Amino acid sequence: MKDTVTLNEKELIAREKLNNPSFMKTIWREILHDKMALGSLILLIILLSTAYLSPLFIDQAALTRVNFLNTWKPPSAANWLGTDDGGRDVFGQLMIGARNSFTIGIAITVIAGMIGLSYGLISGFYGGGVDNIMMRFLEFMMVLPTTMFIIVFVTIIPNYNVFTFILIMSVFLWLGKARLIRSRALQERELDYINASKTLGTPSWKIMFFEMFPNLSSLVIVNMTLTLASNIGIETGLTFLGFGLPAGTPSLGTLVAFARNPDIVKNKWWVWLPAALLILVMMLCINYVGQAVKRASDARQRLA
Amino acid sequence: MLKFILRRTLLMIPQLILLSLVIFMLAKAMPGDAITGAFMGNPDATPEQIEKIREKFGLNDPWYVQYGRWLGKAVQGDFGMSYTHQQPVTTLIAGRVENTVLLSLFTAIMIYLIAIPLGIIAGRWTDSWADKLIVTYNYVAFATPTFVFALLMLFVFAFVLGWFPYTGSVDIKIESGTWAYMVSRAEHLVLPVMSGAIIGTVGTIQYLRNDIIDQKTKEYIKTARAKGVPEGRVYSRHILRNSLLPIAAFLGYEITGLIGGSVFIETIFSYQGLGQLFIQSINLRDFTVVTALVLISGTAVVVGTMLSDIILSLVDPRIRIE
Repeated sequence: MKDTVTLNEKELIAREKLNNPSFMKTIWREILHDKMALGSLILLIILLSTAYLSPLFIDQAALTRVNFLNTWKPPSAANWLGTDDGGRDVFGQLMIGARNSFTIGIAITVIAGMIGLSYGLISGFYGGGVDNIMMRFLEFMMVLPTTMFIIVFVTIIPNYNVFTFILIMSVFLWLGKARLIRSRALQERELDYINASKTLGTPSWKIMFFEMFPNLSSLVIVNMTLTLASNIGIETGLTFLGFGLPAGTPSLGTLVAFARNPDIVKNKWWVWLPAALLILVMMLCINYVGQAVKRASDARQRLA
Repeated sequence: MLKFILRRTLLMIPQLILLSLVIFMLAKAMPGDAITGAFMGNPDATPEQIEKIREKFGLNDPWYVQYGRWLGKAVQGDFGMSYTHQQPVTTLIAGRVENTVLLSLFTAIMIYLIAIPLGIIAGRWTDSWADKLIVTYNYVAFATPTFVFALLMLFVFAFVLGWFPYTGSVDIKIESGTWAYMVSRAEHLVLPVMSGAIIGTVGTIQYLRNDIIDQKTKEYIKTARAKGVPEGRVYSRHILRNSLLPIAAFLGYEITGLIGGSVFIETIFSYQGLGQLFIQSINLRDFTVVTALVLISGTAVVVGTMLSDIILSLVDPRIRIE
């Protein structure tokens, strides 16, 4: 008697899983269906694994060594993408730059995502006066000229390094996310499960982060994938202007920054052009995958 | 309506005060202060003399007194002296404003010239090959960072093809006021404007396309078709009238966004505008100029957003109800 019940339960769960595939499964199905997204994902994986595994076959110490006999060499068999002003191999720097840019892009996205998520959840969960004050503050943050503020902070901060840079960027890049999460949280708080939980006396923080958040997770994942691309763009852009990653940590923007000199733009294209194109390709790929993820999160838009 | 305008304008005041306060604190955190620009260049100044000057200029007062004085001066257009240029910041900025305004204005015009026809085509003939092409273009433009695109434009059109000059806002050898001057001015504008405009169309195209697709199925369009209005007129007289108005209202956001975003384009094309001045000043640690520029662009965003909100509410009464 008991056995049949468990069997039925198991069967039920299995059937339910089949009918309601997890979000990750839906994303995967959507990507498989969209050949461009699949291609982008594969290209991205190839690019990133080459960049992250490059220390295995590229001598990193050689990349920091200045060799004046070998400066500004055009691409050749020894230096696939030529050399820069210090005779350093551009291809090796490109790989390290891609790695740093991507890692830092992820770090900023995660930190800014957490700030935005907490802010939006708190604002939306409490609603009313709290929401009103928090939204006024958010509106104010949104009118600040972000690029200028980041540049000013980068310049005046006392001990400037990669971590402070990530923090400065995160402080200004959570705003859109907070607004998005808040609008969804406002709808969610009216639902019965939240009310039931409140009646049972669950602490507010627990409701917010363990009951409300899982229901918003697909929204967060979609938003994070799409902002990852733009965060990489902002980071490389700031590094290009000279206000991004400190000199010890080369980014793709560091290589592109060579192009601030007209002579290099024109005559030594191999130094900056590959990095610029790599940024472009990475952004396009991440965005394409992001669009597929976005479609997967909304049943009406799905292609698969 | 008047109530909405009044409320929206009043909302701007705390924003502006908070903005000035944040920038004042930022300015205090920067090395150097208002007298650095005017007197630090003089190597004969002794510490006692500097202390006297500090006292005279009230730099030893409590911060709120200093803030009040600073704001009072800023409102009257006095931002202090630039250390590196040895001239009032206001004069320095006034010399650059024209260039940046020209750049932003032409970029905005170009954005509309490109985006409106494309948006209409994509919305009217949904899922046609033209629509697919436009959607792809929009997608690529969305993903491309401004500085990468501007650099590629510079490389291709100024260096490889050599069609346009690659630096400055005008040829310095040409006398001001002549026809040749205007032509040179225009030539120097083409690349910066196009770099901003081609990838700046995303929002407008997307909005227009979605809105037209939305309007197409509405009852009033069915009515128009039923009474025999020709297809072209359905679009030009009925749908577009509704879809284009909000676009016009976005102009405020668009231009303020462009003024703030010109940092990259002006740097890449060595275009003598406010964005380039900002980067130059911060590299030279000329913080009086930096503070003034941040304050100006912040204020521009606040005012521009307000104007757009008001125009949008004039155009679309639903927004007012909130």
